[in-house]
Amino acid sequence: MSAHALHRPGDTSAHLLAPQIKIVSTFLFVVCVVATPRTEFAAFGAYLVVLTGVWVIARIPPRWLAPRALIEVPFVALAVLLPFVGGGTRTDMLGVSVSVDGALAGWNIVAKGTLGVLASLTLAATTSPSEILLGLQRLRVPKLIITVATLMLRYVELIAAEARRMRLARIARGHDPRFLWQVGATARGIGTLFVRTYERGERVHLAMLSRGWTGAMPEPNPPRVSTVDWLAGLVPAGLAAAMLVGALWAG
Amino acid sequence: MHMSDGLLNAGTSVLFGAVAVIGVAVAMAGSRRDLDDRTAPLAGLVAAFVFAAQMLNFPVLPGVSGHLLGGALAAILVGPWVGALCVTIVLVIQSLLFADGGLTALGANVTNMALIGTVVGYVVAVALRGLARRSRAGLVGVAFVAAFVNTVVASAGFVLEFAIGGDAGGVSFGGVAGTVLGVHCLIGIGEGVITALTVGAVASVRPDLVYLLRGNEKPLEIREGARHE
Repeated sequence: MSAHALHRPGDTSAHLLAPQIKIVSTFLFVVCVVATPRTEFAAFGAYLVVLTGVWVIARIPPRWLAPRALIEVPFVALAVLLPFVGGGTRTDMLGVSVSVDGALAGWNIVAKGTLGVLASLTLAATTSPSEILLGLQRLRVPKLIITVATLMLRYVELIAAEARRMRLARIARGHDPRFLWQVGATARGIGTLFVRTYERGERVHLAMLSRGWTGAMPEPNPPRVSTVDWLAGLVPAGLAAAMLVGALWAG
Repeated sequence: MHMSDGLLNAGTSVLFGAVAVIGVAVAMAGSRRDLDDRTAPLAGLVAAFVFAAQMLNFPVLPGVSGHLLGGALAAILVGPWVGALCVTIVLVIQSLLFADGGLTALGANVTNMALIGTVVGYVVAVALRGLARRSRAGLVGVAFVAAFVNTVVASAGFVLEFAIGGDAGGVSFGGVAGTVLGVHCLIGIGEGVITALTVGAVASVRPDLVYLLRGNEKPLEIREGARHE
């Protein structure tokens, strides 16, 4: 897993929008999705249309999104079970007895989970990791958290590559674990990885201090973000909110 | 363990979002003692380690594998405050950059894995600290128990949140609780074994890096008698 795995560089207006606007907009959009009553099927369709509109603007093809949305599969498995084990009124669907309440609960998880993952993927595709951190910084997230997260992202690929090399070395020596009691070598590897990581941290820390680190990443020339940008960026969230209000009003 | 959007309703998501914000603020205040702005790079590397360790899958049963949550591991190695902070940052980054764990479920995920998991794991470890300081085997045993309890209690947090704001479609609360806790007992054994062996490996190379053992160093003893008169 690379830290840039989900970013699709581009120069569309969705990519160029200030990151803090995109974070706020995505978050509000997902809140609207989650707040929608589960039987408002039309509203869920409308949310998908809004997302599709963003994908057209950002030029993200659906076949890029589909395999990456599979990350939510474990929860879909839970949702698929619910119609069969749920209680309450039962009905026949294709000759199988399913619980109405269970089916609706399963649908609720699948629909909201999928829309949530697609919204997060849209944010990650149009915004590079460093831009997301910049956005969080401009949203007044504490400095300590930003610094820790920045360094984490900067070094995670290095650490992961080291873990991969250690795993490859184990396999090359005939390591082939299948059961939990064979986990010893892996665990000792993790221990070694911690010691190496920590010692690297000590070196990085000293190197940064010697280059004048004062505790914050300087942001040269922060660009001014206009109200128009905010309004444009919040359009998807605004549409979602309008649909939510409409659905609640009608229901 | 990473909850997706839609498992919890909006009200519960907001409630646990608030719990997470307060908890993280407390963790930040606490970590000021172990960490200042200038030692943050070290915490960044610890967070990177937790991130990388979560990517390692371990076999639980043939065909079934689990991955490390790392709450108890981080708490034992770097202390509860920095540990909770690092796991929180890992969860936020996973949610924003990797779409792993829903944005609205972030509060509940942070509450379970970063706050409850780390704190419970640390409390268990501190309660058994006497045992951990006595011998290497004691330390390994304490790490196992702390990680096991951490995993099971974190999943109990999920059960609680689901009971407050989840939509189980008429499935009984006991059924959900039994399934989730049962599965996490199995995962907890894996988490416990890895945490125990990892802590053991670190303690044998750099015991000074194990937060739980702080204050355990024997003072330098200067003996009289071998002096040339």
